[in-house]
Amino acid sequence: MISIQNISKSFNKDSVTALRNINIEVERGELFGLIGPDGAGKTTLFRILATLLLADEGRAEIGGRDVVRDYKAIRRTIGYMPGRFALYQDLSIWENLQFYASVFGTTVAENYERIKPIYSQIEPFKDRRAGQLSGGMKQKLALSCALVHKPDILLLDEPTTGVDPVSRKEFWDILQLLRGQGLTIIVSTPYMDEARLCDRIALLQKGQILEQNTPDGIVSGHSEPLFSVRGPNMFALLQAVRLWPGTYSCFAFGDSHHAYLRPGAKPADLKDFLHQKGFENVAVEAIQPDIEDIFMHLLPA
Amino acid sequence: MKIFLAFLQKEFWHVIRDRRSLVVLIGMPILMMLLYGFALSNEVKNSRIAILDLSKDDITRELTQRLDASRYFSVTEYIQSPTQADQLFRQGKVRAVVIFQENFQRNLLQANATAVQIIADAADTNTGSTVAFYAASVIRSYQNELQELQKLPYRIHVESQMVYNPQQESAPNFVPGVMVLILILLCSMLTAVAIVREKESGTMELILVSPARPWVMVVAKAIPFLLVGMLNVGVILMMAYTVLGLPMRGSLVLLLAECGLFVLLALSLGLLISTRTDSQQTALFISLVGLMLPSLVFSGFMFPLENMPKPLQIISNIVPTKYFFSILKSVMIKGLGFSYVWKETLVMAGMTLVLLTLAVRSFKIRLA
Repeated sequence: MISIQNISKSFNKDSVTALRNINIEVERGELFGLIGPDGAGKTTLFRILATLLLADEGRAEIGGRDVVRDYKAIRRTIGYMPGRFALYQDLSIWENLQFYASVFGTTVAENYERIKPIYSQIEPFKDRRAGQLSGGMKQKLALSCALVHKPDILLLDEPTTGVDPVSRKEFWDILQLLRGQGLTIIVSTPYMDEARLCDRIALLQKGQILEQNTPDGIVSGHSEPLFSVRGPNMFALLQAVRLWPGTYSCFAFGDSHHAYLRPGAKPADLKDFLHQKGFENVAVEAIQPDIEDIFMHLLPA
Repeated sequence: MKIFLAFLQKEFWHVIRDRRSLVVLIGMPILMMLLYGFALSNEVKNSRIAILDLSKDDITRELTQRLDASRYFSVTEYIQSPTQADQLFRQGKVRAVVIFQENFQRNLLQANATAVQIIADAADTNTGSTVAFYAASVIRSYQNELQELQKLPYRIHVESQMVYNPQQESAPNFVPGVMVLILILLCSMLTAVAIVREKESGTMELILVSPARPWVMVVAKAIPFLLVGMLNVGVILMMAYTVLGLPMRGSLVLLLAECGLFVLLALSLGLLISTRTDSQQTALFISLVGLMLPSLVFSGFMFPLENMPKPLQIISNIVPTKYFFSILKSVMIKGLGFSYVWKETLVMAGMTLVLLTLAVRSFKIRLA
C-alpha cells in the first residue's frame, strides 16, 4: 500500500542529512510505527509521503501513486495529521471540521459514522475555539479532520506528543479501531511503549533505519542478556557500572539502570566490582529486554 | 466552487474574529487622514502681516481692512518706514509686509496705475510664496470689483489664475494623495501577511494536503479584505468631505468603482508579496517600506512628475499609485466623467490582473 524506496533527503545544501537510504513497505490494513527520538527524521519522511517535500533521492508510492508525479491524486485520498497542530485556532471545533469536510467536497453528516468514535468525545465542546482546547482534545479534533473525507491511508506524525497518558491510551484505542475498519496507518512516536501497539515498526535514528520488524520480532531477535541494576545513589551508580570493563552499555531506565554485558562477563562480578567501589545493597537481576532496551542497544556507542 | 465558498467562509471568520486587528484597520485610516490632512498642510492661515501705508487714503484703508478680514491674514503692525520692516522680519513678528505707495488712490483713479509691494519672508520658501500669493489675490479681487463698478476703459489686465483650486487650498491636493497612500499601504499589508501567516502558524502544511487549488486559496484571501478596504474608502471619503472640506464634484458611483479597482490592485500586490515571502515580518517590511517610498515619490502628489529626469518618469509608469492619484483628482476635484479616466482605469485593471496571476503562480504547492 505504501512503498518507500531508497529515500534520502538533506537540508541546508547537504550539510544536514535528515534521511539516508530509507526503505519501507507497508501492507494494506497495517498499523506501522516509526519509532525514534526527536530529530530522527520522522517528520521529514512524513512530509515526503504527504507530497509536501521532495526527496533528494529515491522514490515513494502511496496506493500505487507516485508522491511526486501524482501529488494531486494523493492529496485527495490520504488523511494527514502534521506533528504541529495545524488547524485554525480561531475557528471552533465544528467550524474546523466542517471546513475540512467542504474542502474535500463532502459533509460532516455524510461521514459521521467514520469519525463518530473520536468526534463524539469532543462533540460536547463543538462550539469551543480550537485554540482553547487541551492537547488531547486538539489531537482528537485533528484526527477527526483527517478522517472526515474517508481516506484509505492515514499519516499521523507524533499524534500523542504532548498528550496526557489517559488521552494517549484513548487515542491508541481509536487507532486500533480504525485499523479494524481496514485503514492503512503510519504513525510516528518518540514513546517506546507505544511501539508495542503497532503491527510492525521501524526504529529510526539520525535519518537511518536501525531495524524494521514486528515488535515481537525485534525483541526476539536480540537475545543478549539484559540486567537491571538498582541501588542507592543512582547517578553515581550509573557512572560506576559504565566504568566496569565487562559492561557493554548501561543507561538509566526509570527507577533502575539497564545494562548489557560483554560476552562472558558475569553479573556476580559486576556486583563485586560495585561493592569494591563502595556501593552497598546493589541488586543485579536478569530481565526481559523491551523495545526501548533494544533501541538503546542498537545506538552507535 | 463549493471549495471556494468554504474557503471564503473561513476567511471571513478569520477577519471577523480578529477584533483587535479590525479596530486597527478601521481606526488607522481615520488617524492617518486626520494626521496627514491637517499636519501635512501647506495652507497658511492667520499669518501676521504689517502694513506700511505711505498714502493713507480711502482705498488703502479699504484694502488693509480686507486683508485683515480675510482668514489668511491678521494685520498686527502698522509701520512708518521700510527699515522697520527689516526689523520685524528679523524678530519673526510678521510673515509679510504690504507697502502701499504714496498717492495710491490718486494714481489709481487718475493714471489708472498704482503699485503695491508685498515683501514676504521667504526663509520658509513655500510659506513665503503662499503668503505673497494670498495677499496678491486679495488685492486683485478688490481691483476687479473696482473695474466692474467704474468700467474703466481700455485696460488690459493680465492675470494668472489657478483653476480648480484658486486659493491653493491644501485639501484638494493632499486628500487624494493621502487617500492613495493609505489605501495602497493598508490594503497591501492586509493580504501581505494573510498567506504567510498560514505558513508560519503551520496551518498551510495541512491545507496543502487537500484538493484545494492555489487560486482558490489565494483569491479567497482577498475578498474579505476587499470589503474592509471599501469600508475604509467610505470612511476616508466621509472624512475628506466633512472634516477636511473637500469638494465632491464627480460621480460618486464612478469614484467608488475606481476606489474598488485600486483596492483590488493593492490587495493583489499584497498577495504576491505574501506568496513570495516566508515570514510575516518580511512581508510587512516589504509592503511598508517597499511601497511607501515609490508611492510617495512617483504618484505625483508630493513632487511633480513633469519635473523629474526622464528615467524616473519612465519608472513612474509602473507605479500604480500614479494612475489612481490622477483618477482621483480628475473625478473628485475636477468632476470629470469616465471618458477622461478610462486609460488610467485600463492600466490599473491590467496591473491587477498581472499581479493576481503572478501571486497565484508563485503560490508554493509544497513546503520547501
